[in-house]
Amino acid sequence: MGLVSGYNLRSMLVRKGTAAMTAMGIAMVVAVFVMTLAIAQGFRSTLVASGSTGNAIVLRKSATSETVSAVLKNQLPIIESMAQVARDGDGHPLASPELVVIISLPRISDGRPANVPLRGVGPRAYEVRDTLQIVEGRRFVPGTREINVGRQAVGRFRGLTFGSDVKFGGATWKVVGIFTADDASFESEVWGDVDLMMPAFQRGGYQSVTVKLSDPAAFSSFDVAMGADPRLDLKPQREREYYEGQSETTGTLIRVFATFVTAILSIGAMFGAMNTMYAAVAYRTREIGTLRALGFSRLRIVTAFLAESVALALIGGVIGCILALPVHGLSTGAMNMASFSELAFKFRITPGLLGGGLLFAAIMGGIGGLLPAIRAARIPVARALREI
Amino acid sequence: MALIDLRDVSKSYRRDALEIPVLNGVTITVPAGDFMGLMGPSGSGKSTLLNLLAGIDRPTRGSIRVADTEISSLSERALAGWRARHIGFIFQLYNLIPVLTAFENVELPLLLTSLSKKQRRDHVMTALGIVGLGDREKHYPRQLSGGQEQRVAIARAIVTDPTLLLADEPTGDLDARSAGEVLTLLQRLNREYNKTIVMVTHDPHAAERAVHVLHLEKGTLVEQVESRA
Ligand SMILES: Nc1ncnc2c1ncn2[C@@H]1O[C@H](COP(=O)(O)OP(=O)(O)OP(=O)(O)O)[C@@H](O)[C@H]1O
Ligand SMILES: [Mg+2]
Repeated sequence: MGLVSGYNLRSMLVRKGTAAMTAMGIAMVVAVFVMTLAIAQGFRSTLVASGSTGNAIVLRKSATSETVSAVLKNQLPIIESMAQVARDGDGHPLASPELVVIISLPRISDGRPANVPLRGVGPRAYEVRDTLQIVEGRRFVPGTREINVGRQAVGRFRGLTFGSDVKFGGATWKVVGIFTADDASFESEVWGDVDLMMPAFQRGGYQSVTVKLSDPAAFSSFDVAMGADPRLDLKPQREREYYEGQSETTGTLIRVFATFVTAILSIGAMFGAMNTMYAAVAYRTREIGTLRALGFSRLRIVTAFLAESVALALIGGVIGCILALPVHGLSTGAMNMASFSELAFKFRITPGLLGGGLLFAAIMGGIGGLLPAIRAARIPVARALREI
Repeated sequence: MALIDLRDVSKSYRRDALEIPVLNGVTITVPAGDFMGLMGPSGSGKSTLLNLLAGIDRPTRGSIRVADTEISSLSERALAGWRARHIGFIFQLYNLIPVLTAFENVELPLLLTSLSKKQRRDHVMTALGIVGLGDREKHYPRQLSGGQEQRVAIARAIVTDPTLLLADEPTGDLDARSAGEVLTLLQRLNREYNKTIVMVTHDPHAAERAVHVLHLEKGTLVEQVESRA
């Protein structure tokens, strides 16, 4: 539409001041929108990164998360013997029986005690979770009071640095290695031998067993076989789906908060846009009358002014996205509602999120511009032309 | 065959509870190819009459036929389309869009047609050529003199080759020289291009350029049509 791009955009620039203010108002809202959703996005991808499509996590049938699940010690060999479980070069099944307990350690930032997840794992956990990498020191030796600490946990909690001794579970443990895990939630955890953790925390069994499948496609037969075995009241889930599910509670909480905050802010921005557009319509009444006299229909006038408002809002949206971009990759932490422990993650701004921000801006512009555009179209032509 | 056929047209405005009569039973016929001057004191209803002819305003009573269309019964939307095809309007204050160049101002009515960009360019340049401003296409209104602005506005009015040109005091804001140029231009459009024109004016000199002149006073025609053919 020639009228839109030429006439409206240039008219907008005539009133730079108000246009800039309106765009900035929208920009602020979009920036907040993108940043808060970047938290939700980062939280989710940190948990999702924990899950591999080639792995399956085995929980008790009714359990929704590993903390409320139980796997008996004598069920482990049954699982390990199943055909769908991958094996290493020596024929050992790639399965890791695990137990997560919460220990309390002072936070570095404010010295207050915080919940840190401690994961007891089997001797082949590092082969099952192949994204884990020791970046300092070495793996703990099974059967000893040695532990490995995730990179995020080292930076956030006191006393977890390489080489230090940590007291929990009635014993002292030595940090012999630091690991990374592609930004997954494991980086917020402390890992040690599950067979030592059980007595230390008075547990008689495991919570879960994570296995590497011989082939990702073997999952369904694994599922069927497990369901058919009367000794196993257990059910496998694809590890990735499990962690996606785990991110839901907290992710939804953050998203609801983000929506609430941005909804309130957006009301202000929409009124700003509405004000600007009403002023623009009043200022250009005679021009509108002229266009109508030339034969431009009401619909065209509505569209033109709506487009102007949306364009103005989109400019604000682009600015807002640019303002939000620097937080991408910044680290933060949040309570993981699924495990009630602290989870470190990074703000993640994805192209989809930016697209959402722009769409949100356009919607604000559209709503803010609607009434003024309708007023523009409804001005009686003869009266508009009498205006100086 | 009359191009314009106004029968017993009345128009009144409502201001609060008050009914203000502006036109009272006006009957006019204008043949195709005419150049009609419309004179009368301020507030006599000249602009109102012109607006009715342009389909910009609606009569309270009476019938308005232009080019065989009863425009008083057209819908708002149909009327907009009808205006785009049949009416070229020239305003006292030119009413050019300040943020658009002369070219873009003249092009505006063509945006409502299905012409290609190239065809639009040809039409605009022809119209600007007729008004003698072919070299000013890139100028913005503020870079033109009043007389030039009005000539651009005339180019905009004729670019779609409308059935009827309506001018509301086209020289009202111009000095004598520019006014003369604009009137000569209108006369040329009437004689060479056979355009039917209705022109409202206060100025007796301007009215002299018209073929016929009507006088309006307090909403009624007061004299017989003077002919100066
Ligand atoms: N939209 C309107 N609402 C109310 N009153 C109007 C409206 N348009 C015109 N009028 C009134 O109608 C009367 C005639 O107005 P009109 O503009 O037709 O006069 P005119 O002959 O063109 O005068 P001028 O020479 O000053 O332009 C005036 O009294 C004016 O106030
Ligand atoms: Mg008038």
